[in-house]
Amino acid sequence: MIPSAFDYAAPTTVEEALSLLAGADSAGDEVKLLAGGQSLIPVMKLRMADPSLVVDLGRIPGLSGITDDGASLTIGAMTPHHTVATDSLVLAHAPLIAQAAQTVADPQVRHRGTIGGALVHADPAGDMPAPVLALDAVFNISGPNGSRSVAAADFFQGYFTTAVEEGEILTGITVPKYGGWGSHYEKFTRVAQQWSIVAVAAAVRLEGGTIAEARLGLTNMSSVPLRATATEAALAGCELREDAIAAACANVADGTEPASDLNGDSAYRRHLATVLAKRAVLAAVGLSGRKG
Amino acid sequence: MTATATSKPEVGTARLRKEDAHLVTGRSRFTDNMVLPGMLHLAMVRSPFAHARILSVDTAAAKGSPGVLDVFTGADVAAEQGSLPNAWPITPDQKAPAHPAVAVDEVAFAGEIVAVIVARSAAAARDAVELVDVDYEELPVVMDLEEAYTDKVLAHTSLESNKSATWVFDSAQAGTGTDVDAELAASDVVVERTMYQQRLIPAFMEPRSTVVDPTGQQITMWSATQIPHILRLMLALTLGIPESKLRVVAPDVGGGFGGKLQVTPEEVITVLAARRMGKPVKYTETRSESLQAAHHGRAQVQRLRLGATKEGIVTGLHVDLLADMGAYLGLVTSGVPILGAFMYNSIYKFPSYRFECHNVFTNKAWTDAYRGAGRPEATFAIERMMDELAVELGMDPLELREKNWIKHEEFPFTTVAGLEYDTGNYEAATQKAVELFDYDGFRAEQKRRRDSGDTLQLGIGISTFTEMCGLAPSRVLGSLSYGAGGWEHAQVRMLPTGHVEVVTGSSAHGQGHETAWSQLVADRLGVPFENIEVLHGDTQVSQRGLDTYGSRSLSVGGMAVLAAADKVIEKAKVIAAHLMEASEEDLEFANGSFTVKGTDQSTALGEVALAVFAAHNLPDGVEPNLDSEATFDPVNFSYPHGTHLAAMEVDTETGEARILKYVCVDDVGVVVNPMLVEGQVHGGLAQGIAQALYEEAVYDDAGTLVSGSFVDYLVPSAPDLPHYITARTETPATSNQLGAKGVGEAGTIASTPAIVNGVIDAVRHLGVKDIKMPCTPARVWHALQEAKTTGGVQ
Repeated sequence: MIPSAFDYAAPTTVEEALSLLAGADSAGDEVKLLAGGQSLIPVMKLRMADPSLVVDLGRIPGLSGITDDGASLTIGAMTPHHTVATDSLVLAHAPLIAQAAQTVADPQVRHRGTIGGALVHADPAGDMPAPVLALDAVFNISGPNGSRSVAAADFFQGYFTTAVEEGEILTGITVPKYGGWGSHYEKFTRVAQQWSIVAVAAAVRLEGGTIAEARLGLTNMSSVPLRATATEAALAGCELREDAIAAACANVADGTEPASDLNGDSAYRRHLATVLAKRAVLAAVGLSGRKG
Repeated sequence: MTATATSKPEVGTARLRKEDAHLVTGRSRFTDNMVLPGMLHLAMVRSPFAHARILSVDTAAAKGSPGVLDVFTGADVAAEQGSLPNAWPITPDQKAPAHPAVAVDEVAFAGEIVAVIVARSAAAARDAVELVDVDYEELPVVMDLEEAYTDKVLAHTSLESNKSATWVFDSAQAGTGTDVDAELAASDVVVERTMYQQRLIPAFMEPRSTVVDPTGQQITMWSATQIPHILRLMLALTLGIPESKLRVVAPDVGGGFGGKLQVTPEEVITVLAARRMGKPVKYTETRSESLQAAHHGRAQVQRLRLGATKEGIVTGLHVDLLADMGAYLGLVTSGVPILGAFMYNSIYKFPSYRFECHNVFTNKAWTDAYRGAGRPEATFAIERMMDELAVELGMDPLELREKNWIKHEEFPFTTVAGLEYDTGNYEAATQKAVELFDYDGFRAEQKRRRDSGDTLQLGIGISTFTEMCGLAPSRVLGSLSYGAGGWEHAQVRMLPTGHVEVVTGSSAHGQGHETAWSQLVADRLGVPFENIEVLHGDTQVSQRGLDTYGSRSLSVGGMAVLAAADKVIEKAKVIAAHLMEASEEDLEFANGSFTVKGTDQSTALGEVALAVFAAHNLPDGVEPNLDSEATFDPVNFSYPHGTHLAAMEVDTETGEARILKYVCVDDVGVVVNPMLVEGQVHGGLAQGIAQALYEEAVYDDAGTLVSGSFVDYLVPSAPDLPHYITARTETPATSNQLGAKGVGEAGTIASTPAIVNGVIDAVRHLGVKDIKMPCTPARVWHALQEAKTTGGVQ
């Protein structure tokens, strides 16, 4: 478990980090950004990643923390999962993201790993992409030509691939406030500390005893997180009864082609998605009667 | 100086472990902590292919890499590396390929070592691994055990068949019972099933590590091993080094579970490299290497036939076993199924029994002992079969067991497998378990959930078990063609200060010997617990021993310690009598002092020790020491037993199986330290539950280990396991004076069938008859879907 030799830089401003990226790029060197290191360091130790330069973002002030923008929150890319999971602003205005962050790995990883690192790593089984997608967050990216914003729907582009280009840095995400919405992240694993086999992120707004609006994100049902728009539509107007919610969620896996692995084949995952979607929505509307 | 009178006996006291203070404060000394002057580091080049011919190995680029001092291949050390030992040839015609530490011509599993880098640093060694260019010619692989048995593809080109050996026990031939085929033919009911014991990886916490120092008078090896004594002997035999020139040290060792009961290629290679370089050399594996190349366990296919009368009296059991050796035979690989052969009849009185085992090679990592070694497989099979038979007969599974088990008044009992069980009380353990569990309450709740069609179904899993352990009687091991005996050795030395050194040949790797042996000696010699030091794990300190495995330490090694302590008392008695000018016959020893009967005249053992050291006034012909040594070889195995009950909840929507309640009542005889026993039971349960629900070593068709990291090889941790309800009954063993039985493997042996029986019981009414281990949510869900489509409600 010894990585190849690499150079290490710890810039103190985003600009300095960007110029390090630009310099490495022009020299033809492979460069990796180090956030919490909970994925990068293991793959380097396994020599599945072999960067010549590692740029540590941990000493740049301002990349970590949560700010209230009025109608939205901005979560800095370097904010650790533990902070996201316990922050009062996140809990009040985007609890779905806090709930998902609370399910990431174990306490050590949650204290070192960051939301930005997890989102840019874009592991299909990672827990942060689906809720961020479901809530239509905006990704704030800095690059050599200034800053740009990318909608969540455009951010996740493939297996471990995002809209962040070479030479760019994700600085944070901006999440609209979801006052009055209920939410739940339903994650299914075989052991406590495991990547999601499948998970469903649900946020639901009620109006007059029925579901007025629902947002559903699916974890590990594809190479990218998915938004279950057809099920969201089916849930709109749905009564708060288990059978009605189950019926609305029955086709949540339509059109998906999840991977098969040792934890379950594709057919099982597709089935699991319908069960977890139902349970996520039931919990989000406060109807969870499930034991255990 | 006066001896402290021990008011309360140490034996039976739940003392905290004296070895923990240094371990939990990081003042541990594991092999990888060893740093020697000028020490070099190794990295292994391992085959990515499961079966290939080595055409050439180009080491030039690696040799030129910075910090690299040497690179050697199998061809370079072919003359000196020998072949790794198999100490248990189960039949005279057993076939096995040569097993060079570094492959020379052919590799037979992915992960086999083909070249070795020696460098100034571990990083430099690792960097050079990719620079070794090996030209392989890929050969066909055989990964599936049942396919390997057909010999269509050979795992080794040097062998004509994948079959290593066939071993048979037949009660009619042995004279221990009747003919099973005749019995089954005449039976009212015969249940036939095939059970699969998935391949498991021991996954000890400390990866394997070895340091060898070739400088000085002896070659010294520090290694993360369970077996320093056996390792020393086997290295001497394998490498042709005089045993007297080898010293093996097992410092702190972080778990083994059988996985460190081995003579490994890496250990041999570290010796070879140290000799080539004339300098100390270290090798520590990565977790990936450990999962890939340290020996695996289980991996059997069991074809079973169990017959019974319609009243539920078992008439006979036929076991036809395929055992996956993997690519090579390790130290006791071939004998693992044989350890199970005597246990399929378990606690029951079967009139007839036949066991036929075929040991078969595949292109997977070698297998060998893993916690329980053969006995968990046997216990799983019979306990699953008893449940199946109960269903077939429409009988309560506990009632069926009770009809067939040996009654407590029938001990000693000679079983159909030919063992003599000395003692046991299955009724008492079962009754206690049933009460603690609330068996009737769970049956009622199960019925309620079945009737209401609850999403969460409930099952009750039963496992009654016994096992043979304390490996042990040397004569019996000899009759099974095992290459060593089963005795254990100890020394006790009374120091002039009255403190005591205890030397044990049973080398601990996490069990707590230092604490338990101190308790034994404290009571016997009347010396305070704190004044006793237990030394082990170094062949220069503990010159004789047979190490730790098979739940043998207390019932064999502990007895040797007591025998040695008794010899100290005998020696001291002669001197005490001399000092007090009394007759030996008039002395009695209690609480650490010799007293002249009927007087208040006494001498403490510590006073005798000081007098012995001074040697001013010793009887003629008495040597000035209170040292002793003793060897213990029991007349029989020990037979712990117990009853385990698991309430399993199956979520029929997701297939997830959860443990609602787990009760185990174990009878391990007399207990020296209840806390150590509790720890062994908890850890054992976790490992058995892991087989039932979580762990499986999976290979793809090409021979690559898919479960090659802990992301895919799921070892459960504390949040995944329930609060166990543990209790004991105490039926003393008669094969040792302590009355102790083994406990190290009991939990692992008993828990796997309890969990799986519970899972099946929860969904049987929905048409599910069996689920392969591990019972993953996906497997349970698929079984439910299949039952639905076949409409298979029984």
